[in-house]
Amino acid sequence: MTAADRGGPGASVPARPTPLVELRGITKRFGALVANDAIDLSVDAGEVLALLGENGAGKSTLTRILYGLSRADAGEIRIAGQPVTMTSPADALAAGIGMVTQEFSLVGTMTVTENLMLTGSSLGRVDRKAARARVLEASQRLGVPVDPDAVVERLSVGERQRVEIVKALLGDCRLLVLDEPTAVLVPADVDLLFASIRRLTAQGLAVVFISHKLHEVVEIADRIGILRRGRLVADLPAQGLDPVAIAALMVGATDQPGTPASAGDALGVHGETLATAVGLDGSAAPQAASAEVAVDPARPVALQVQGLTLAGDPRPRVDDVDLTVRAGEIVGVAGVSGNGQTELVALLCGTTAATAGTVCVGGTELTGLDPAARLRAGLGRLTEDRRGSVVLGMSVEQNLVLEDLDRFRTGPFLSRRKVRAHAASLIERFDIRAAPGDPIRSLSGGNMQKVLLARAIERDPTVLVASQPTRGLDVGACEYVYSQLRALRAAGSGVLLISEDLDELIGIADRILVLSGGRVVGEVAAAGATREALGVLMTGHAAAAGERAA
Amino acid sequence: MRFVLRAREPRWLAPAAVAVAVLVTLALTAGPIRLAGAAPVAAFERYVFTPLTTPNGIAEVLLSATPLLFTGLAVAIAFRVGYYNIGAEGQFLAGAIATTAMAFTAPDLPAVLALPLGVLAGALGGVVWAFLPALLRRRFGIDEVVTTLLLNPVAVLLLQGLLTGPWRNPVTGFPDSTSYGSGYELPALLGSRVHAGLLVGLVLVAVTGVVLWATPVGVRLRAVGQSPAAAGFSGIRVGVLQWRSALVSGAVAGVGGAVQVLGVQHQLTTSIAAGYGYTGVVVATLGGLSAVGVLAVAVLLGDVQVGAQSASISLQLPSQMGGVLSSVLLLTVVSAVAVRRYRLVRRRPRQPDPSEGPRAERPLQKVGG
Amino acid sequence: MDFPLIAVLAATLTIATPLVFGALGALLGERTGVLNLGIEGTLYVGAFTGFLVAARTGSLTLAVLAAVLAGALGGALMALLTVSLGVNQHVAGIGTTLLLVAGSDFANRQMFGGGERTVTVTFDRFLAGGGLLAQYPMTYLGFFVLAPLVWWVLRSTGAGLRLTAVGENPEAADAAGISVPATRWAALVTGGALMGLGGSFLTLSLLGTFTLDIVSGRGWICIALVIFGRWKVWPIVAGALLFGLFEALQLQLAITPAFGSVPNELLIALPYLVVIAALAVRGRGVRYPGAYLTAYRRA
Repeated sequence: MTAADRGGPGASVPARPTPLVELRGITKRFGALVANDAIDLSVDAGEVLALLGENGAGKSTLTRILYGLSRADAGEIRIAGQPVTMTSPADALAAGIGMVTQEFSLVGTMTVTENLMLTGSSLGRVDRKAARARVLEASQRLGVPVDPDAVVERLSVGERQRVEIVKALLGDCRLLVLDEPTAVLVPADVDLLFASIRRLTAQGLAVVFISHKLHEVVEIADRIGILRRGRLVADLPAQGLDPVAIAALMVGATDQPGTPASAGDALGVHGETLATAVGLDGSAAPQAASAEVAVDPARPVALQVQGLTLAGDPRPRVDDVDLTVRAGEIVGVAGVSGNGQTELVALLCGTTAATAGTVCVGGTELTGLDPAARLRAGLGRLTEDRRGSVVLGMSVEQNLVLEDLDRFRTGPFLSRRKVRAHAASLIERFDIRAAPGDPIRSLSGGNMQKVLLARAIERDPTVLVASQPTRGLDVGACEYVYSQLRALRAAGSGVLLISEDLDELIGIADRILVLSGGRVVGEVAAAGATREALGVLMTGHAAAAGERAA
Repeated sequence: MRFVLRAREPRWLAPAAVAVAVLVTLALTAGPIRLAGAAPVAAFERYVFTPLTTPNGIAEVLLSATPLLFTGLAVAIAFRVGYYNIGAEGQFLAGAIATTAMAFTAPDLPAVLALPLGVLAGALGGVVWAFLPALLRRRFGIDEVVTTLLLNPVAVLLLQGLLTGPWRNPVTGFPDSTSYGSGYELPALLGSRVHAGLLVGLVLVAVTGVVLWATPVGVRLRAVGQSPAAAGFSGIRVGVLQWRSALVSGAVAGVGGAVQVLGVQHQLTTSIAAGYGYTGVVVATLGGLSAVGVLAVAVLLGDVQVGAQSASISLQLPSQMGGVLSSVLLLTVVSAVAVRRYRLVRRRPRQPDPSEGPRAERPLQKVGG
Repeated sequence: MDFPLIAVLAATLTIATPLVFGALGALLGERTGVLNLGIEGTLYVGAFTGFLVAARTGSLTLAVLAAVLAGALGGALMALLTVSLGVNQHVAGIGTTLLLVAGSDFANRQMFGGGERTVTVTFDRFLAGGGLLAQYPMTYLGFFVLAPLVWWVLRSTGAGLRLTAVGENPEAADAAGISVPATRWAALVTGGALMGLGGSFLTLSLLGTFTLDIVSGRGWICIALVIFGRWKVWPIVAGALLFGLFEALQLQLAITPAFGSVPNELLIALPYLVVIAALAVRGRGVRYPGAYLTAYRRA
């Protein structure tokens, strides 16, 4: 049977031999949300299929179904023409499907060899020596270097990803699913990864490659499938497609008439945001808030960090960081994930105690103070862990007032009336789509971010530390966050924006610091910055650090 | 068949889950009751309704509920902030011991001084017993579950040691202390055996309820219990609140021990180590960690205890059945409450897979704390 | 004064025996991320079931088997509650303990309530008169078979790797094709069986009868030993021996005239306090299994 016989939406390709893996009519609902809507898709041996779509388009759901981590409500999966039932990853592995997810599935306390032994291990005695030899052999055969004796939690992100790839390919793997594999890699590691993918597909492996970065997709993919709102809206050969055309397909520019109003909203947003959201190259990137770049050194210092250090094993996680944010400027912090950003934010917020160094906000020394004192001193926070910043079991209004409950007292009692009024005004002012009494758990990522923005900005912070503020948000919500950050700058606050999205940083920051291995390794003015230049800074130091450690 | 997480929970669901749990409890306990030669329906009637049919029965129920009120409240106060104090048993006993020490130190005080001082001594005793685990948790991060549990048998041994040693009754030689002075006697209410300790308990329930529901502290406690990380991020001092709750919890349990000896026994005997603290975990959990819930469940379990005593006489059913009934009720209710978040979905009639257990569609979730 | 060193050391081994069984049983569950506070009740039900069957049949073999089965059922109850239904582990554990204790008491009252104390057959010591070596078969089993076996399984078998993977990172284990629920069920049922066996030592080897305070917090000691031993077999065994030594010393002191004035119970409390002190020293900054107290649900 061929794809053409079925005549599904994906059947625009000519008749061809039985595909290696075929999805037919895959549908998955979460309550009222249809995450996957009758998706037909196939992959051939030796082919790289890129799966694209905005956040929430259904890519992850689809791959989880393919890997047996989630079950479809309807539809079937065929491998080499045979229908298979996938109720667990074990079934997927047996069927020759391997997957490398964004969150690595490795046991941190075990060695690389032990992790690789887990898959398909028997219950009885295990032969470590043989397993170690197998790991080395596979590593060489596949051209993916790993150290079999290293304890996983001590490896870098790039090294862990290589372990994951070897793990997926150890068995009889015919299809490898890579879920945003480049999100955590420095450019040099991306080149290594692509070389591996090419070598593997030449050996007949099929690859499903998920990414937001269109220039990468154009580089590596043979075919491109685009998901939007759970539906497959395009399934095309990659040859001849350029990033701009793909971006238009992703946000729905081509079938405007049939789309609902909110899609129209997405079209109405600035080209800038669109380009940022889909990760276009510098040419189409947003123009930095251009002319007014030079920050007056006479402006007051909003945030001053000196010698900030967090000890770690084997090397410091934050290493002697100095930085200054002045009132009315946005300072970006670029870096590959896992280079000390999360720790830096925790040190600034006071949720982790620093080993050394000082933090001052608007002239108040915060070193050693708890989060409450830092809040009072004028520190605003927006961390990457949104759901960890709110108490999920409480309502929107309770979360909005949690930071200063004492402001809403009548005598010794909490005044429900004052709380409600305060929440209602913030909901109005920040356009939060929820009622005060709604459980915050039920809010979308964008709305939850609005609640957090409202809570931080309402206190008129001297400086706002914003970490990955647009991660996982849709285009409209990203634009909203940018507008709020700009408004805050205009109102005279300082903003420290930590992001892995270089286009976002170039587009909105005034200056950009580059963090690598926990150190500040460079600073550039955003106006003249390019992805490439930042990439070199991010990579160069990583290599140097690697040499030092070796 | 499999479980899928509910998108929205209907209002009737939680009460329905509890109702199902009660029915399951009755079904599960009917077997052993029958094995013991009693009729299940008659037994359940004895357990739940018979005690409530006479004024004297009601008084006995309230008397049995009184210690549970304190231990249940103590456990609820600690669990609320994610501090798993399972040492209410030891803290209750420490309170009773401290009150006895007070009574023997100043035996002739008039009631107006003796009672407040006795209760205060009990509170202090409970705090002392709660202090070490709380300190170890705060300073060194040592799991309070283990340390509070370990101190329970130590309190029992201390009690036995005192009663076989310094406090042994010099007249009878039995391991019971002598009776306290006349000042150390909580007044009885309405001529029944119910004593003023119940009023102390009700005041504590009211205060706890108001603090939890209507003050900033209550909101903070709830935030810490539900998500310590998010609470800390919001500027709430998690460690301090847990520390204070741990000590308050110990104090409440200690007061429970104090009113038990001051109101009922007027002397210290080993019969005070009757597992009130462990039952407090049942009371707090079934009461949903709320003050009113604790009150309701304490009365319910008091009812079952009195019923179990009467059934052991009238039906020859061992009174331990009361403990079985309340622990089964605990387990079925927590199970029903956990499961209600899911709905049962009949799998597509494709490949029935009988080997498959219930599986739920839900991301990794923390259940503790 | 002659200090009976050999006798104290022999008693140390005897006293540590049920703790080795209980703590290693608890270890299995905790390595998969489940804290089994049902242990106190599981030891109790093992002790009672062994006693009951021995009293009724006179067969020690049947009695031990019954105790193992009862313990396994206790573990299964815990697994049903925490693994399959997702109930909070602390509450499920305390509830399980309360149920098993109340159920055993109920059955005890029902079956042995009337007359005087029933005494059953018991195991004999091997090598009676052999000093340190004069121990019950269960003691040999615990130290020379069970502990090495658990150590070997955890270290050198696929089952051990799976246990650890499920306890450290259930999502990773799931992705590797390991069933998290099945692994946890297996660990809890096996652990419960060990606890039941350990409980039966109290009635079938030590006492020959059943008393209501027969376990008296030994389960909580086991939980503490697992933390003390940082989830490793030999340190846990060493912790059990340490507790055994203090209890043996306490027993010796209790019959030493110089300590006659100290109430026995205060001496009995000493080993518990030693365990707390040991925890205060060894329990600082310990690294719990990654998924400790955490239920796993696949999205």
